[in-house]
Amino acid sequence: MSLLSLTGIKKSFGAVSVLHGVDLNVDAGEVVGLIGDNGAGKSTLMKIVTGIYQADEGSITLNDESVLDLTPGARRARGIEMIYQDLALAKQQDVASNIFLGREPVRNILGVKIVDRGRMKQEAQVMIDRLGAKLPSITRPVGSFSGGQQQSVAIARALTFDPKIVIMDEPTAALAVREVQSVLDLIRQLKSQGISVILISHRLNDVLSVTDRIVVLRQGTAAANLKTSDTSMSEIVSAIVGGGDVAEAAAHEARG
Amino acid sequence: MTPTHASSTPGLWSRLQEKSIEQLHIRLESIVVLLGLITLMAILSPYFFSVSNFMNILLATSTIGVLAIAATFVLSSGGLDLSLGSVLGLSGVVGATFAVNLGMPTPVAVLATIGAGALAGLVNGFVITRGFVPAFIVTLGMLGIARGLALVISDGRVIYGLPEWMVFLGQGRPFGVPMPVIIFIVVAIIMHIVLAYTRYGRHTLSIGDNENAARTAGINVEFHRLTLYTLSGGLAGLAGLLFATRINSGDPTAGITYELTAITAAIIGGTNLFGGRGSILGTMIGALIMGVLQNGLNLLAVQSYYQQMAIGGVLVLAVFIDQYQQRQETKV
Ligand SMILES: Nc1ncnc2c1ncn2[C@@H]1O[C@H](COP(=O)(O)OP(=O)(O)O)[C@@H](O)[C@H]1O
Ligand SMILES: [Mg+2]
Repeated sequence: MSLLSLTGIKKSFGAVSVLHGVDLNVDAGEVVGLIGDNGAGKSTLMKIVTGIYQADEGSITLNDESVLDLTPGARRARGIEMIYQDLALAKQQDVASNIFLGREPVRNILGVKIVDRGRMKQEAQVMIDRLGAKLPSITRPVGSFSGGQQQSVAIARALTFDPKIVIMDEPTAALAVREVQSVLDLIRQLKSQGISVILISHRLNDVLSVTDRIVVLRQGTAAANLKTSDTSMSEIVSAIVGGGDVAEAAAHEARG
Repeated sequence: MTPTHASSTPGLWSRLQEKSIEQLHIRLESIVVLLGLITLMAILSPYFFSVSNFMNILLATSTIGVLAIAATFVLSSGGLDLSLGSVLGLSGVVGATFAVNLGMPTPVAVLATIGAGALAGLVNGFVITRGFVPAFIVTLGMLGIARGLALVISDGRVIYGLPEWMVFLGQGRPFGVPMPVIIFIVVAIIMHIVLAYTRYGRHTLSIGDNENAARTAGINVEFHRLTLYTLSGGLAGLAGLLFATRINSGDPTAGITYELTAITAAIIGGTNLFGGRGSILGTMIGALIMGVLQNGLNLLAVQSYYQQMAIGGVLVLAVFIDQYQQRQETKV
């Protein structure tokens, strides 16, 4: 039984039809790579899952219950969490403030609700430790951290919502090479805790190293659904560009 | 004085700085500047270093200080309120009209003074958040509108003769401390707690830091902004009350260019001009720096024209130093 199941998802923006009936299943604790050329509709599909966009047609179920009628907030409460490309971090605030942004715990002092900094710091530290992430200090502004460290703050925040599935859109696009590994480790960490992950990435090597399955979006449909352990770089690339166009495939591979 | 990079071991200064910012929300440089300025003035003028002169400084700082609190909230949310000085003037005139011309009791006149400011702020906030007009334009417009309205209501004349209890708010001295100073300190402490320790304050900084992050986190950014401009106007109204009761009259020209001094105080105190950072304690240091500077220049008999120039220069210098430090800190 799948945790998340998309069937026949269609979406157009005005006259532009982006998705023509996409099927996608994710099992509990499974890491699925979602790949495809620029403009293939990966981000659009994921925004349909989180409820930011409405699908024109198709169904979405989480644990066999439809989430189509739920608001983004309600879907999040059910366990669908997305980490956006820009991470949505307040760069001048510290780790704890970011992790608890919008739902800071408070204590009642003389009738005034005072933000419970001690509890925030403590619980933030627990989340960071649970991820095995290394940060210079949780009381420093996150803007002073490296891209990978900021990524771990965003993931730690996602963890506090107790997600069943975490969607990451290009989490490694802006990172230095050595930092990519730590983000991949974070993904493995989520998997080991039974959390499913959908990873959108252009870096096919990363996708190959961390996923269980790879779904290729092309021309508005899921053109390929490959078990990672049984596939190869060249099979993936030809699925992205379509057919057996080997020269084009090689060019794509060269672009990375 | 720039902080050391994360890789090297931090020196004593950086460690103290980090503690100061974490615990007190104050940047150490501003304290150094304040102490330096006090020392300089004490050397230059024999009249500077006395209890009565310090009371004068605090009294002069109280009006500007309340405006600077308003500026801190708005700036740290990524906004701007240029109408502070004009709204101060309008509020004072409204309060004097209620008390003198309409013969209303003191509590009503006091509420009308603060309420007039809050209403002007609400209008600012409404046009900014619902009309999508930039805060710079809206509050610049309000700068003109509020000043004009103050002149219309008062017919361009100063309204004299406030009732006794209102005058007490501006001129009373329980235990030898001027009432405006007491009110200012109480308000500053409350607003410091609000900005640094409540969800409202934390959300204010987050909105100024990354509006989208705040929105994603479920914060109602537009409504929050509306309340911030209303708060800013209400504080300008309070400053108008302190000013009017101190001079025992509603003066339609009160507070001209005060927004310049208030914004300068907030920025010297460590408020980020572009939002995301700010503290009321820091701003208090900034307001005291402005107060000491003006007082010192008065004692040295420097003409007020030059004082205006000094304040403008300090504003630009403070932003320059802040920007310079930020560039240093983000350098890898
Ligand atoms: N809000 C929108 N309005 C109109 N067109 C959009 C919108 N969002 C995405 N698109 C279009 O949908 C297509 C797929 O975009 P996207 O999902 O971002 O692709 P990917 O993430 O795979 O690169 C693109 O052609 C893009 O221009
Ligand atoms: Mg995309």
